[in-house]
Amino acid sequence: MKRIGDRIFKSVAFLSALLVVLLVVIIGVLLYMESRAAMDRFGFLGFIFRDVWNPVEDEFGGLFAVVGTLLSSAIAIVIATPVSIGVAIFITELSPSSLRGLLSAIIELLAAIPSIIYGMWGLFVLAPILRHSVEPWMIEHFGFIPFLGGKPYGIGLLNAGIVLSIMIIPYISSIVREVFSLVPDVMKEAAYAVGATRWEVVRNVVIPYTRSGIMAGVILGLGRALGETMAVTFVIGNAYRIPSTIYEPSITIASSLANEFTEATSTLHLSSLFFLAFVLFLITFVVMSLGRLIIMRMQRHGV
Amino acid sequence: MTLSSMSALVSIFFLLWILKDLVVRGIAAINWDFFTHLPAPPGEEGGGIRHAIYGTLVITAMASAIAIPVGLLAGTYLSEYARHGRFGLVVRFLSDILLSVPSIIVGTFVYAIMVRPMGTFSALSGAVALAIIMIPVILKTTDEVLRLVPDVVREAAYALGAPRWVVITKVVYRGAITGIMTGIILAVARIIGETAPLLFTSFSNNFWETNILRPMATMTVVIFNYAMSPYENWQSIAWGASFVLTVFVLVLNLLGRFLFRGRKYG
Repeated sequence: MKRIGDRIFKSVAFLSALLVVLLVVIIGVLLYMESRAAMDRFGFLGFIFRDVWNPVEDEFGGLFAVVGTLLSSAIAIVIATPVSIGVAIFITELSPSSLRGLLSAIIELLAAIPSIIYGMWGLFVLAPILRHSVEPWMIEHFGFIPFLGGKPYGIGLLNAGIVLSIMIIPYISSIVREVFSLVPDVMKEAAYAVGATRWEVVRNVVIPYTRSGIMAGVILGLGRALGETMAVTFVIGNAYRIPSTIYEPSITIASSLANEFTEATSTLHLSSLFFLAFVLFLITFVVMSLGRLIIMRMQRHGV
Repeated sequence: MTLSSMSALVSIFFLLWILKDLVVRGIAAINWDFFTHLPAPPGEEGGGIRHAIYGTLVITAMASAIAIPVGLLAGTYLSEYARHGRFGLVVRFLSDILLSVPSIIVGTFVYAIMVRPMGTFSALSGAVALAIIMIPVILKTTDEVLRLVPDVVREAAYALGAPRWVVITKVVYRGAITGIMTGIILAVARIIGETAPLLFTSFSNNFWETNILRPMATMTVVIFNYAMSPYENWQSIAWGASFVLTVFVLVLNLLGRFLFRGRKYG
Protein backbone atom coordinates (compact mmCIF):
# COMPACT_ATOMS: atom_id res chain seq x y z
CA MET A 1 0.00 0.00 0.00
CA LYS A 2 2.80 2.33 0.94
CA ARG A 3 4.40 1.78 -2.41
CA ILE A 4 1.26 2.64 -4.40
CA GLY A 5 0.70 5.92 -2.53
CA ASP A 6 4.31 6.87 -3.12
CA ARG A 7 4.17 6.00 -6.77
CA ILE A 8 0.97 7.96 -7.40
CA PHE A 9 2.21 11.04 -5.54
CA LYS A 10 5.53 11.00 -7.34
CA SER A 11 3.93 10.57 -10.77
CA VAL A 12 1.45 13.39 -10.24
CA ALA A 13 4.22 15.69 -9.01
CA PHE A 14 6.37 14.67 -11.96
CA LEU A 15 3.58 15.39 -14.43
CA SER A 16 3.13 18.85 -12.92
CA ALA A 17 6.82 19.59 -13.35
CA LEU A 18 6.68 18.22 -16.88
CA LEU A 19 3.71 20.47 -17.65
CA VAL A 20 5.87 23.54 -17.01
CA VAL A 21 8.44 22.30 -19.52
CA LEU A 22 5.74 21.44 -22.05
CA LEU A 23 4.06 24.83 -21.67
CA VAL A 24 7.17 26.71 -22.73
CA VAL A 25 7.73 24.37 -25.68
CA ILE A 26 4.08 24.42 -26.78
CA ILE A 27 3.83 28.21 -26.56
CA GLY A 28 6.88 28.53 -28.82
CA VAL A 29 5.70 25.91 -31.34
CA LEU A 30 2.15 27.22 -31.46
CA LEU A 31 3.21 30.82 -32.04
CA TYR A 32 5.44 29.58 -34.85
CA MET A 33 2.62 27.63 -36.48
CA GLU A 34 0.17 30.51 -36.20
CA SER A 35 2.63 32.85 -37.87
CA ARG A 36 3.26 30.52 -40.80
CA ALA A 37 0.81 32.33 -43.12
CA ALA A 38 2.63 35.64 -42.66
CA MET A 39 6.01 33.92 -42.78
CA ASP A 40 5.25 32.21 -46.10
CA ARG A 41 4.06 35.46 -47.58
CA PHE A 42 6.78 37.84 -46.43
CA GLY A 43 9.66 35.58 -45.32
CA PHE A 44 11.17 35.54 -41.84
CA LEU A 45 13.74 38.33 -42.09
CA GLY A 46 11.71 39.90 -44.86
CA PHE A 47 8.86 40.43 -42.41
CA ILE A 48 11.03 41.76 -39.62
CA PHE A 49 12.69 44.36 -41.87
CA ARG A 50 9.58 45.33 -43.81
CA ASP A 51 8.45 48.89 -43.08
CA VAL A 52 4.75 48.71 -43.81
CA TRP A 53 1.69 48.04 -41.66
CA ASN A 54 -1.49 48.44 -43.64
CA PRO A 55 -4.50 46.31 -42.61
CA VAL A 56 -6.61 47.86 -45.38
CA GLU A 57 -4.39 46.54 -48.16
CA ASP A 58 -3.33 43.44 -46.23
CA GLU A 59 0.34 44.42 -46.25
CA PHE A 60 2.28 43.77 -43.07
CA GLY A 61 5.84 44.07 -41.79
CA GLY A 62 7.39 44.07 -38.35
CA LEU A 63 9.96 46.84 -38.60
CA PHE A 64 7.95 49.64 -36.93
CA ALA A 65 6.99 47.53 -33.94
CA VAL A 66 10.45 45.99 -33.57
CA VAL A 67 12.16 49.38 -33.73
CA GLY A 68 9.67 50.93 -31.28
CA THR A 69 10.12 48.03 -28.87
CA LEU A 70 13.90 48.28 -28.95
CA LEU A 71 13.99 52.08 -28.66
CA SER A 72 11.54 52.42 -25.78
CA SER A 73 13.36 49.69 -23.87
CA ALA A 74 16.71 51.30 -24.63
CA ILE A 75 15.54 54.63 -23.18
CA ALA A 76 14.23 52.78 -20.12
CA ILE A 77 17.57 51.01 -19.60
CA VAL A 78 19.57 54.24 -19.99
CA ILE A 79 17.50 55.86 -17.24
CA ALA A 80 17.01 52.85 -14.98
CA THR A 81 20.56 51.47 -14.85
CA PRO A 82 22.30 54.35 -13.03
CA VAL A 83 19.29 54.98 -10.78
CA SER A 84 19.02 51.29 -9.83
CA ILE A 85 22.71 51.05 -9.02
CA GLY A 86 22.39 54.25 -7.00
CA VAL A 87 19.45 52.88 -5.06
CA ALA A 88 21.33 49.64 -4.38
CA ILE A 89 24.43 51.52 -3.19
CA PHE A 90 22.32 53.73 -0.98
CA ILE A 91 20.50 50.83 0.63
CA THR A 92 23.47 48.52 1.14
CA GLU A 93 26.29 50.93 1.89
CA LEU A 94 24.94 54.30 2.99
CA SER A 95 21.62 54.16 4.76
CA PRO A 96 21.51 53.52 8.51
CA SER A 97 20.63 49.88 9.09
CA SER A 98 17.36 50.82 10.78
CA LEU A 99 16.12 52.39 7.54
CA ARG A 100 17.35 49.59 5.30
CA GLY A 101 14.38 47.24 5.60
CA LEU A 102 11.84 50.02 5.24
CA LEU A 103 13.53 51.49 2.19
CA SER A 104 13.81 48.22 0.32
CA ALA A 105 10.19 47.45 1.17
CA ILE A 106 9.05 50.80 -0.22
CA ILE A 107 11.01 50.34 -3.41
CA GLU A 108 9.71 46.82 -3.85
CA LEU A 109 6.16 48.12 -3.50
CA LEU A 110 6.82 50.07 -6.67
CA ALA A 111 7.20 46.71 -8.39
CA ALA A 112 3.91 45.46 -6.99
CA ILE A 113 1.76 48.21 -8.51
CA PRO A 114 -0.14 46.75 -11.51
CA SER A 115 1.28 47.91 -14.82
CA ILE A 116 -2.04 49.34 -15.99
CA ILE A 117 -1.83 51.89 -13.15
CA TYR A 118 1.52 53.08 -14.48
CA GLY A 119 -0.09 53.42 -17.88
CA MET A 120 -2.94 55.57 -16.62
CA TRP A 121 -0.58 57.69 -14.62
CA GLY A 122 1.70 58.13 -17.63
CA LEU A 123 -1.24 59.12 -19.82
CA PHE A 124 -3.10 61.49 -17.51
CA VAL A 125 -0.33 62.90 -15.31
CA LEU A 126 3.07 62.50 -16.91
CA ALA A 127 2.10 63.21 -20.53
CA PRO A 128 0.90 66.82 -19.97
CA ILE A 129 3.98 67.60 -17.90
CA LEU A 130 6.28 66.19 -20.57
CA ARG A 131 4.46 68.01 -23.33
CA HIS A 132 4.33 71.43 -21.71
CA SER A 133 7.45 71.56 -19.54
CA VAL A 134 10.03 68.81 -19.82
CA GLU A 135 10.18 68.27 -23.58
CA PRO A 136 10.21 71.97 -24.58
CA TRP A 137 13.00 72.50 -22.06
CA MET A 138 14.99 69.56 -23.44
CA ILE A 139 14.45 70.76 -27.00
CA GLU A 140 15.63 74.24 -26.11
CA HIS A 141 18.79 73.11 -24.35
CA PHE A 142 19.72 69.84 -26.02
CA GLY A 143 17.94 70.26 -29.35
CA PHE A 144 21.25 70.33 -31.21
CA ILE A 145 21.90 66.68 -30.30
CA PRO A 146 20.47 64.28 -32.90
CA PHE A 147 17.05 62.82 -31.95
CA LEU A 148 16.62 65.34 -29.14
CA GLY A 149 15.37 68.23 -31.28
CA GLY A 150 11.99 68.61 -32.93
CA LYS A 151 8.50 69.03 -31.51
CA PRO A 152 7.16 68.06 -28.09
CA TYR A 153 4.42 65.40 -28.08
CA GLY A 154 3.95 64.22 -24.50
CA ILE A 155 2.75 60.85 -25.74
CA GLY A 156 5.58 58.93 -27.36
CA LEU A 157 8.87 57.11 -26.94
CA LEU A 158 10.19 59.29 -24.11
CA ASN A 159 7.04 58.87 -22.03
CA ALA A 160 7.10 55.11 -22.59
CA GLY A 161 10.81 54.99 -21.68
CA ILE A 162 10.28 56.92 -18.45
CA VAL A 163 7.29 54.85 -17.36
CA LEU A 164 9.15 51.63 -18.20
CA SER A 165 12.20 52.79 -16.25
CA ILE A 166 10.12 53.47 -13.14
CA MET A 167 8.73 49.97 -13.50
CA ILE A 168 12.05 48.17 -13.85
CA ILE A 169 14.09 50.13 -11.28
CA PRO A 170 12.86 48.04 -8.33
CA TYR A 171 13.57 44.88 -10.29
CA ILE A 172 17.12 45.77 -11.30
CA SER A 173 18.02 47.32 -7.97
CA SER A 174 16.90 44.27 -6.01
CA ILE A 175 19.18 42.05 -8.11
CA VAL A 176 22.06 44.52 -7.81
CA ARG A 177 21.51 44.68 -4.05
CA GLU A 178 21.66 40.91 -3.86
CA VAL A 179 24.99 40.73 -5.68
CA PHE A 180 26.38 43.61 -3.62
CA SER A 181 25.72 41.60 -0.50
CA LEU A 182 27.87 38.80 -1.97
CA VAL A 183 31.02 40.94 -1.76
CA PRO A 184 33.09 39.49 1.10
CA ASP A 185 33.41 41.94 4.00
CA VAL A 186 37.13 41.19 4.15
CA MET A 187 37.63 42.84 0.77
CA LYS A 188 35.81 45.99 1.77
CA GLU A 189 37.56 46.11 5.13
CA ALA A 190 40.93 45.70 3.46
CA ALA A 191 40.19 48.73 1.30
CA TYR A 192 38.99 50.77 4.26
CA ALA A 193 42.15 49.76 6.14
CA VAL A 194 44.37 51.33 3.50
CA GLY A 195 42.42 54.56 3.85
CA ALA A 196 39.84 54.33 1.07
CA THR A 197 36.72 56.46 1.41
CA ARG A 198 33.26 54.92 1.14
CA TRP A 199 32.93 56.11 -2.43
CA GLU A 200 36.30 54.63 -3.36
CA VAL A 201 35.32 51.32 -1.81
CA VAL A 202 32.11 51.24 -3.81
CA ARG A 203 33.76 52.30 -7.04
CA ASN A 204 36.98 50.31 -6.84
CA VAL A 205 35.95 47.22 -4.89
CA VAL A 206 32.22 46.60 -4.88
CA ILE A 207 31.33 47.53 -8.46
CA PRO A 208 34.25 45.80 -10.22
CA TYR A 209 33.70 42.71 -8.08
CA THR A 210 30.00 42.52 -8.97
CA ARG A 211 30.21 43.62 -12.59
CA SER A 212 28.70 40.48 -14.08
CA GLY A 213 25.92 40.50 -11.50
CA ILE A 214 25.02 44.09 -12.36
CA MET A 215 25.08 43.10 -16.01
CA ALA A 216 22.65 40.24 -15.30
CA GLY A 217 20.34 42.60 -13.43
CA VAL A 218 20.28 45.04 -16.33
CA ILE A 219 19.66 42.26 -18.85
CA LEU A 220 16.76 40.87 -16.82
CA GLY A 221 15.35 44.40 -16.49
CA LEU A 222 15.61 44.75 -20.25
CA GLY A 223 13.70 41.51 -20.68
CA ARG A 224 10.92 42.95 -18.55
CA ALA A 225 10.80 46.22 -20.46
CA LEU A 226 10.67 44.54 -23.88
CA GLY A 227 7.51 42.61 -23.09
CA GLU A 228 5.69 45.16 -20.95
CA THR A 229 2.29 45.79 -22.47
CA MET A 230 -0.28 47.84 -20.65
CA ALA A 231 1.85 50.69 -19.39
CA VAL A 232 3.31 51.20 -22.84
CA THR A 233 0.04 50.89 -24.73
CA PHE A 234 -1.30 53.93 -22.88
CA VAL A 235 1.64 56.21 -23.53
CA ILE A 236 3.45 55.14 -26.73
CA GLY A 237 0.96 56.79 -29.11
CA ASN A 238 0.44 53.75 -31.36
CA ALA A 239 1.90 55.20 -34.54
CA TYR A 240 3.25 52.85 -37.20
CA ARG A 241 6.31 54.72 -38.38
CA ILE A 242 10.00 55.14 -37.67
CA PRO A 243 10.32 57.92 -35.09
CA SER A 244 12.87 60.60 -35.92
CA THR A 245 13.07 62.06 -32.40
CA ILE A 246 12.69 60.50 -28.95
CA TYR A 247 9.49 62.49 -28.36
CA GLU A 248 7.54 61.07 -31.27
CA PRO A 249 4.76 58.49 -31.02
CA SER A 250 5.72 54.96 -31.96
CA ILE A 251 4.43 51.40 -31.48
CA THR A 252 5.81 48.33 -29.72
CA ILE A 253 5.12 44.68 -30.45
CA ALA A 254 3.21 44.23 -27.21
CA SER A 255 1.08 47.34 -27.67
CA SER A 256 0.22 46.51 -31.26
CA LEU A 257 -0.99 43.10 -30.05
CA ALA A 258 -3.05 44.74 -27.30
CA ASN A 259 -4.65 47.15 -29.76
CA GLU A 260 -5.31 45.01 -32.81
CA PHE A 261 -5.50 41.37 -31.83
CA THR A 262 -9.24 41.23 -31.21
CA GLU A 263 -9.92 43.43 -34.23
CA ALA A 264 -7.80 41.66 -36.81
CA THR A 265 -9.51 42.05 -40.15
CA SER A 266 -8.06 39.13 -42.11
CA THR A 267 -6.28 35.83 -41.65
CA LEU A 268 -3.07 37.44 -42.78
CA HIS A 269 -3.52 40.29 -40.29
CA LEU A 270 -3.99 37.85 -37.40
CA SER A 271 -1.09 35.73 -38.58
CA SER A 272 1.13 38.83 -38.77
CA LEU A 273 0.20 39.68 -35.18
CA PHE A 274 1.08 36.12 -34.16
CA PHE A 275 4.35 36.58 -36.02
CA LEU A 276 5.06 39.71 -33.95
CA ALA A 277 4.24 37.72 -30.80
CA PHE A 278 6.63 34.99 -31.95
CA VAL A 279 9.41 37.54 -32.54
CA LEU A 280 8.83 39.02 -29.06
CA PHE A 281 8.84 35.52 -27.58
CA LEU A 282 12.19 34.78 -29.23
CA ILE A 283 13.73 38.10 -28.17
CA THR A 284 12.67 37.78 -24.52
CA PHE A 285 13.65 34.10 -24.50
CA VAL A 286 17.19 34.95 -25.61
CA VAL A 287 17.53 37.98 -23.33
CA MET A 288 16.15 36.20 -20.26
CA SER A 289 18.22 33.06 -20.87
CA LEU A 290 21.33 35.19 -21.07
CA GLY A 291 20.54 36.93 -17.78
CA ARG A 292 19.65 33.66 -16.06
CA LEU A 293 22.81 31.93 -17.32
CA ILE A 294 25.00 34.69 -15.91
CA ILE A 295 23.26 34.39 -12.55
CA MET A 296 23.46 30.58 -12.57
CA ARG A 297 27.17 30.74 -13.32
CA MET A 298 27.69 33.23 -10.51
CA GLN A 299 25.88 30.98 -8.06
CA ARG A 300 28.06 28.07 -9.05
CA HIS A 301 31.45 29.76 -9.14
CA GLY A 302 30.91 32.66 -6.78
CA VAL A 303 30.68 36.17 -8.19
CA MET B 1 27.43 59.32 -2.96
CA THR B 2 25.02 62.20 -3.20
CA LEU B 3 23.97 60.82 -6.55
CA SER B 4 23.08 57.46 -5.09
CA SER B 5 21.11 59.03 -2.25
CA MET B 6 19.34 61.09 -4.84
CA SER B 7 18.40 58.08 -6.92
CA ALA B 8 16.88 56.43 -3.87
CA LEU B 9 14.96 59.62 -3.17
CA VAL B 10 13.82 59.89 -6.78
CA SER B 11 12.40 56.36 -6.71
CA ILE B 12 10.52 57.04 -3.49
CA PHE B 13 9.37 60.35 -4.89
CA PHE B 14 7.82 58.67 -7.93
CA LEU B 15 6.12 56.06 -5.76
CA LEU B 16 4.59 58.75 -3.57
CA TRP B 17 3.63 60.80 -6.61
CA ILE B 18 1.82 57.91 -8.27
CA LEU B 19 0.12 56.94 -5.02
CA LYS B 20 -0.95 60.52 -4.42
CA ASP B 21 -2.65 60.81 -7.82
CA LEU B 22 -4.27 57.44 -7.30
CA VAL B 23 -5.65 58.36 -3.90
CA VAL B 24 -6.81 61.85 -4.83
CA ARG B 25 -8.45 60.90 -8.15
CA GLY B 26 -9.50 57.46 -6.99
CA ILE B 27 -11.32 58.39 -3.81
CA ALA B 28 -13.16 61.15 -5.62
CA ALA B 29 -14.70 58.50 -7.86
CA ILE B 30 -15.69 56.05 -5.18
CA ASN B 31 -19.12 55.93 -3.60
CA TRP B 32 -21.66 53.28 -2.75
CA ASP B 33 -22.94 53.07 -6.32
CA PHE B 34 -19.42 52.32 -7.50
CA PHE B 35 -19.54 48.92 -5.82
CA THR B 36 -23.21 48.10 -6.26
CA HIS B 37 -24.20 49.38 -9.70
CA LEU B 38 -23.57 48.36 -13.26
CA PRO B 39 -22.05 50.83 -15.72
CA ALA B 40 -24.08 53.83 -16.80
CA PRO B 41 -24.44 54.48 -20.54
CA PRO B 42 -21.67 56.69 -21.96
CA GLY B 43 -22.14 60.34 -21.17
CA GLU B 44 -24.46 59.73 -18.23
CA GLU B 45 -23.40 60.33 -14.65
CA GLY B 46 -23.08 57.62 -12.03
CA GLY B 47 -22.84 53.90 -12.53
CA GLY B 48 -20.49 51.39 -10.97
CA ILE B 49 -18.40 48.35 -11.70
CA ARG B 50 -20.05 45.66 -9.61
CA HIS B 51 -19.80 43.27 -12.56
CA ALA B 52 -16.06 43.84 -12.95
CA ILE B 53 -15.27 43.40 -9.26
CA TYR B 54 -17.19 40.13 -9.38
CA GLY B 55 -15.37 39.10 -12.57
CA THR B 56 -11.94 39.80 -11.12
CA LEU B 57 -12.71 37.75 -8.02
CA VAL B 58 -14.16 34.83 -9.98
CA ILE B 59 -11.39 34.69 -12.57
CA THR B 60 -8.66 35.06 -9.94
CA ALA B 61 -10.26 32.29 -7.87
CA MET B 62 -10.47 29.96 -10.88
CA ALA B 63 -6.87 30.70 -11.86
CA SER B 64 -5.75 29.95 -8.30
CA ALA B 65 -7.71 26.71 -8.27
CA ILE B 66 -5.77 25.59 -11.35
CA ALA B 67 -2.35 27.02 -10.55
CA ILE B 68 -1.97 26.29 -6.83
CA PRO B 69 -2.09 22.47 -7.06
CA VAL B 70 0.04 22.33 -10.20
CA GLY B 71 2.63 24.84 -8.95
CA LEU B 72 2.76 23.24 -5.53
CA LEU B 73 3.22 19.72 -6.89
CA ALA B 74 5.79 20.78 -9.47
CA GLY B 75 7.75 22.66 -6.80
CA THR B 76 7.50 19.62 -4.54
CA TYR B 77 8.87 17.40 -7.29
CA LEU B 78 11.85 19.70 -7.76
CA SER B 79 12.64 19.97 -4.09
CA GLU B 80 11.93 16.39 -3.00
CA TYR B 81 12.69 14.25 -6.05
CA ALA B 82 14.88 16.31 -8.35
CA ARG B 83 16.90 18.54 -6.07
CA HIS B 84 20.06 17.83 -8.02
CA GLY B 85 20.50 16.56 -11.52
CA ARG B 86 19.72 17.54 -15.03
CA PHE B 87 15.92 17.32 -15.07
CA GLY B 88 15.60 19.65 -12.09
CA LEU B 89 17.97 22.10 -13.72
CA VAL B 90 15.99 22.12 -16.97
CA VAL B 91 12.63 22.55 -15.22
CA ARG B 92 13.93 25.39 -13.02
CA PHE B 93 15.41 27.13 -16.04
CA LEU B 94 12.30 26.81 -18.18
CA SER B 95 10.09 27.81 -15.28
CA ASP B 96 12.11 31.01 -14.96
CA ILE B 97 11.65 31.54 -18.69
CA LEU B 98 7.89 30.96 -18.37
CA LEU B 99 7.89 33.46 -15.52
CA SER B 100 9.30 36.07 -17.85
CA VAL B 101 7.33 35.34 -21.01
CA PRO B 102 5.49 38.64 -21.61
CA SER B 103 1.99 38.19 -20.27
CA ILE B 104 0.40 39.37 -23.51
CA ILE B 105 2.00 36.41 -25.29
CA VAL B 106 0.28 34.08 -22.84
CA GLY B 107 -2.93 35.83 -23.91
CA THR B 108 -2.32 35.15 -27.61
CA PHE B 109 -1.47 31.53 -26.77
CA VAL B 110 -4.67 30.93 -24.83
CA TYR B 111 -6.62 32.67 -27.58
CA ALA B 112 -5.30 30.11 -30.05
CA ILE B 113 -5.85 27.03 -27.87
CA MET B 114 -9.16 27.94 -26.22
CA VAL B 115 -10.96 31.03 -27.48
CA ARG B 116 -10.84 30.22 -31.18
CA PRO B 117 -11.81 26.53 -30.85
CA MET B 118 -14.64 27.41 -28.42
CA GLY B 119 -15.77 30.22 -30.66
CA THR B 120 -16.19 32.75 -27.86
CA PHE B 121 -14.23 34.73 -25.31
CA SER B 122 -14.76 33.29 -21.85
CA ALA B 123 -13.96 33.82 -18.19
CA LEU B 124 -12.57 30.29 -18.12
CA SER B 125 -9.96 31.02 -20.78
CA GLY B 126 -8.97 34.16 -18.85
CA ALA B 127 -8.45 32.01 -15.77
CA VAL B 128 -6.28 29.57 -17.76
CA ALA B 129 -4.12 32.45 -19.01
CA LEU B 130 -3.66 33.79 -15.49
CA ALA B 131 -2.93 30.27 -14.20
CA ILE B 132 -0.09 29.90 -16.73
CA ILE B 133 1.42 33.09 -15.30
CA MET B 134 0.85 31.96 -11.73
CA ILE B 135 2.26 28.41 -11.92
CA PRO B 136 5.96 29.33 -12.21
CA VAL B 137 5.66 31.84 -9.33
CA ILE B 138 4.27 29.19 -6.99
CA LEU B 139 6.68 26.57 -8.29
CA LYS B 140 9.66 28.77 -7.48
CA THR B 141 8.68 29.70 -3.93
CA THR B 142 7.58 26.15 -3.11
CA ASP B 143 10.86 24.72 -4.38
CA GLU B 144 12.82 27.28 -2.37
CA VAL B 145 10.98 27.00 0.94
CA LEU B 146 10.74 23.21 0.91
CA ARG B 147 14.48 23.03 0.54
CA LEU B 148 14.84 25.04 3.74
CA VAL B 149 13.14 22.30 5.74
CA PRO B 150 16.05 20.43 7.39
CA ASP B 151 16.63 16.83 6.34
CA VAL B 152 16.64 15.76 9.99
CA VAL B 153 12.91 16.43 10.08
CA ARG B 154 12.36 14.16 7.08
CA GLU B 155 14.60 11.45 8.49
CA ALA B 156 12.81 11.51 11.83
CA ALA B 157 9.52 10.89 10.04
CA TYR B 158 11.00 8.10 7.88
CA ALA B 159 12.33 6.48 11.04
CA LEU B 160 8.76 6.17 12.29
CA GLY B 161 7.98 4.17 9.15
CA ALA B 162 6.05 6.82 7.26
CA PRO B 163 6.03 6.48 3.46
CA ARG B 164 7.59 9.25 1.48
CA TRP B 165 4.42 10.94 0.32
CA VAL B 166 3.10 11.04 3.88
CA VAL B 167 6.39 12.55 5.04
CA ILE B 168 6.07 15.22 2.38
CA THR B 169 2.41 16.08 2.87
CA LYS B 170 2.23 15.74 6.64
CA VAL B 171 5.69 16.82 7.76
CA VAL B 172 7.53 18.82 5.12
CA TYR B 173 4.50 20.88 4.05
CA ARG B 174 3.65 21.61 7.66
CA GLY B 175 7.13 22.88 8.34
CA ALA B 176 7.10 25.16 5.34
CA ILE B 177 3.47 26.23 5.45
CA THR B 178 4.08 29.96 6.02
CA GLY B 179 6.56 30.10 3.17
CA ILE B 180 4.15 28.30 0.85
CA MET B 181 1.30 30.60 1.86
CA THR B 182 3.47 33.64 1.26
CA GLY B 183 4.28 32.39 -2.22
CA ILE B 184 0.61 31.85 -2.98
CA ILE B 185 -0.42 35.27 -1.69
CA LEU B 186 2.28 37.01 -3.73
CA ALA B 187 1.26 35.01 -6.80
CA VAL B 188 -2.37 36.10 -6.36
CA ALA B 189 -1.22 39.69 -5.91
CA ARG B 190 0.66 39.38 -9.16
CA ILE B 191 -2.19 38.06 -11.30
CA ILE B 192 -4.98 40.17 -9.85
CA GLY B 193 -3.44 43.23 -11.49
CA GLU B 194 -2.84 41.56 -14.87
CA THR B 195 -4.58 43.07 -17.88
CA ALA B 196 -2.77 41.99 -21.01
CA PRO B 197 -3.55 38.25 -20.85
CA LEU B 198 -7.25 38.97 -20.32
CA LEU B 199 -7.74 41.21 -23.34
CA PHE B 200 -8.08 38.29 -25.77
CA THR B 201 -9.44 35.70 -23.34
CA SER B 202 -12.05 36.87 -20.84
CA PHE B 203 -12.46 40.04 -22.94
CA SER B 204 -15.01 42.36 -21.34
CA ASN B 205 -18.72 42.67 -20.79
CA ASN B 206 -20.93 45.60 -19.89
CA PHE B 207 -23.55 43.41 -18.27
CA TRP B 208 -23.87 41.20 -15.25
CA GLU B 209 -22.54 37.80 -16.33
CA THR B 210 -22.04 34.71 -14.19
CA ASN B 211 -21.55 32.08 -16.90
CA ILE B 212 -17.84 31.24 -16.98
CA LEU B 213 -18.12 30.20 -20.61
CA ARG B 214 -19.10 33.74 -21.61
CA PRO B 215 -17.03 36.92 -21.78
CA MET B 216 -16.69 38.50 -18.36
CA ALA B 217 -15.55 41.96 -17.30
CA THR B 218 -12.61 42.38 -14.94
CA MET B 219 -11.42 45.46 -13.10
CA THR B 220 -8.23 45.72 -15.10
CA VAL B 221 -9.82 45.44 -18.53
CA VAL B 222 -12.52 47.92 -17.46
CA ILE B 223 -9.79 50.33 -16.34
CA PHE B 224 -8.18 49.97 -19.75
CA ASN B 225 -11.38 50.51 -21.74
CA TYR B 226 -12.67 53.35 -19.57
CA ALA B 227 -9.37 55.20 -19.29
CA MET B 228 -9.01 55.16 -23.08
CA SER B 229 -12.57 56.41 -23.56
CA PRO B 230 -13.34 60.08 -24.19
CA TYR B 231 -15.99 60.28 -21.42
CA GLU B 232 -14.92 62.00 -18.24
CA ASN B 233 -17.29 59.99 -16.11
CA TRP B 234 -15.75 56.76 -17.38
CA GLN B 235 -12.21 58.03 -16.88
CA SER B 236 -13.10 58.89 -13.32
CA ILE B 237 -14.47 55.39 -12.77
CA ALA B 238 -11.19 54.04 -14.16
CA TRP B 239 -9.32 55.99 -11.47
CA GLY B 240 -11.66 54.65 -8.82
CA ALA B 241 -11.11 51.09 -10.03
CA SER B 242 -7.34 51.63 -10.13
CA PHE B 243 -7.41 52.83 -6.55
CA VAL B 244 -9.39 49.82 -5.33
CA LEU B 245 -7.18 47.44 -7.31
CA THR B 246 -3.96 48.97 -5.98
CA VAL B 247 -5.23 48.78 -2.40
CA PHE B 248 -6.00 45.08 -3.02
CA VAL B 249 -2.54 44.42 -4.39
CA LEU B 250 -0.63 46.37 -1.77
CA VAL B 251 -2.58 44.77 1.08
CA LEU B 252 -1.84 41.32 -0.33
CA ASN B 253 1.84 42.21 -0.64
CA LEU B 254 2.05 43.54 2.91
CA LEU B 255 0.21 40.45 4.15
CA GLY B 256 2.71 38.25 2.33
CA ARG B 257 5.62 40.14 3.83
CA PHE B 258 4.12 40.06 7.30
CA LEU B 259 3.59 36.31 7.12
CA PHE B 260 7.08 35.77 5.84
CA ARG B 261 8.53 37.61 8.79
CA GLY B 262 6.94 35.16 11.22
CA ARG B 263 8.33 32.19 9.28
CA LYS B 264 9.74 29.03 10.72
CA TYR B 265 11.82 27.57 7.90
CA GLY B 266 10.55 29.43 4.95
